[in-house]
Amino acid sequence: MRPSGVFDERYEDDIAIVRTKSHWGLLFALLGLLFTLPSILTPHFLATANHIGISIIACQGLSILMGYTGQMSIGHAAFMMVGAYTAGILSAKAGWPFLITIPVSGLSAGVVGLIFGIPSIRIKGFYLAMATLSAQFIIPWLIDHVRVDITGGVFSLVVPPPKLGGIVFNTQFKMFYLIMPIVILITFFAKNLVRSVIGRAFVAIRDNDLAAEVMGINVFRYKLLSFFICSFFAGVAGALWAYWLRAINTEHFTLKESVWYIGMIITGGMGSTAGTIFGVIYVTMLDEFARVIAPHLGGVLPPTASVGAELALQPIFFGIGILLFVIFEPRGIAHRWEMFKAYYRLWPFSY
Amino acid sequence: MFYSDILQTFLQFFINGLLVGAIYSLIGVGAVVIVKSTKVFNFAVGDMLMLGGFIAYTLFDTGIPPIMVVILSVSAGVLLGLAIERIALRPMIGQPTMSSIMVTLALSFLLRGLTLLVWGGYPRVFPKFLPGHNFRAGGVLWSYELLWIFGGTMLLFGLFCIFYKFTRFGLDMRATSEDHTLAQTRGISVKRIFALTWAIAGVTAVVGGVFLGIKLTLSLGLADVGLKAFSAVIFGGFESIGGVLIGGLIVGILENLAGGFLDPSLKEIVPYIILLLVLIFRPEGLFGLKRIERI
Repeated sequence: MRPSGVFDERYEDDIAIVRTKSHWGLLFALLGLLFTLPSILTPHFLATANHIGISIIACQGLSILMGYTGQMSIGHAAFMMVGAYTAGILSAKAGWPFLITIPVSGLSAGVVGLIFGIPSIRIKGFYLAMATLSAQFIIPWLIDHVRVDITGGVFSLVVPPPKLGGIVFNTQFKMFYLIMPIVILITFFAKNLVRSVIGRAFVAIRDNDLAAEVMGINVFRYKLLSFFICSFFAGVAGALWAYWLRAINTEHFTLKESVWYIGMIITGGMGSTAGTIFGVIYVTMLDEFARVIAPHLGGVLPPTASVGAELALQPIFFGIGILLFVIFEPRGIAHRWEMFKAYYRLWPFSY
Repeated sequence: MFYSDILQTFLQFFINGLLVGAIYSLIGVGAVVIVKSTKVFNFAVGDMLMLGGFIAYTLFDTGIPPIMVVILSVSAGVLLGLAIERIALRPMIGQPTMSSIMVTLALSFLLRGLTLLVWGGYPRVFPKFLPGHNFRAGGVLWSYELLWIFGGTMLLFGLFCIFYKFTRFGLDMRATSEDHTLAQTRGISVKRIFALTWAIAGVTAVVGGVFLGIKLTLSLGLADVGLKAFSAVIFGGFESIGGVLIGGLIVGILENLAGGFLDPSLKEIVPYIILLLVLIFRPEGLFGLKRIERI
């Protein structure tokens, strides 16, 4: 919905993402805030912010696949793992600079994603979920058992910090400035992709793939393209993860992570770029909340839980959080955000 | 190695696989009951088993008479199923598959968290109470526990087949699985079907959890076994109960043969590889129905 008095006078206005002066103001204020954030945050929250950034990249990809193309993937963390190991091996063993390894990781993850996306030609829904779930188990096994000399096997692979000229990105503070531009780039790309021909083809496939095929959309090609883009984003996120932790292990990318990413885009709102960001922040904050509250519950919880209270509380909070969203607000935070925007634009009138 | 030795080893792995496959089929029962009657694919099947096993273990541990243990754990299973249905699944009536998949995934982690909270992460060893002992026959070592599981699974399968085929409730359930809204219009109480189904699933979870707890150790890892079994059974085709049984058995056998002759760690991924291949080349499963879609 347009704010009152804003008219499109040229085609450029019609397709603009940022429409009004206050839009531009808000955008720059937000970007300014984002880039002063590391100076304000405590070290722990800075690390969390970096984690959020990486998750946003991964989730934008998943959102294109699940929210726009309507295909299910429960193996997203496995594709991230491919990206992480590609970046890790290329920079640790071959010494490539990160400017090259990050796109290459995206490509390698994309290709692996294509392989696991092939079943999507003939199956959908639950069976597709199971096919991608198998990626979650096959890929870690391959990494742990095949060519252990280059992957490090079950031991972590140590990744050198990325270098750009004289700058070494070896602290959370510096990593923030490496991750966030990529987050912005990816978000911008995702936002524009879904408004393009490709994006509309995706939506058509989501709504009814048979009808889409009848209308002349090459369903096979677009489904695979969607898997490729989704895994490409995952690969980029994985590469950043490798540089961020500087030690990667298959244990970092478990089924739990994959389900967490799905949870993030569900709470955020399927098929919404802004919603994805909200969802990532919301779920990460739930985890943080579990971490903060766990030590204070010593008296309330049964004694057996004293050791792993945090580990137990995170899935509980996550489970309840997702259940509440799926049952009461299936359209996610993004829908509420749209409602708020509509309300704000019309205020003080109701319509 | 002589030819006969290889044959002997092969036979041993084959029998082991067959019996382990029965475990998969047993877990598969819990999943298939729900799919057959509500069209919900329950990713939480492994976690329900785990929770059921822990509940039965705790009751067993208190030292009350065995018959009371059976009654109490079965009612706990019913309550567990009903609670899950009322809280999480009833709002999913008539909703798209993706929502119900998400709900069961969330449920799976919720149950895992609860188990971790109440019982901690330590593995428990279930007391052995089944009569019998391992024996040798035909040059192969037979595990009596696995034989019990095998027998129990076959019995359950027989019961379910009869239930779905010949009872009124079974027919209602199959109708509900076809289309929730349509079943409602035809006067079937979908809510009641959901409740009954999940109660059955809860009981199967407790029974399966006990069996699994006897054979494997009772720990958080059971949830992963559940997931593996889940993928094992669907390649038989979810529409057919017999397909689930055979699917579980085939995967068990192949897994043990691959693990025995190639690499023990392969056992972890053999079910998933089979699943992927089947989904690529024969998406409806071995015995599943081919569905024709119309716009």
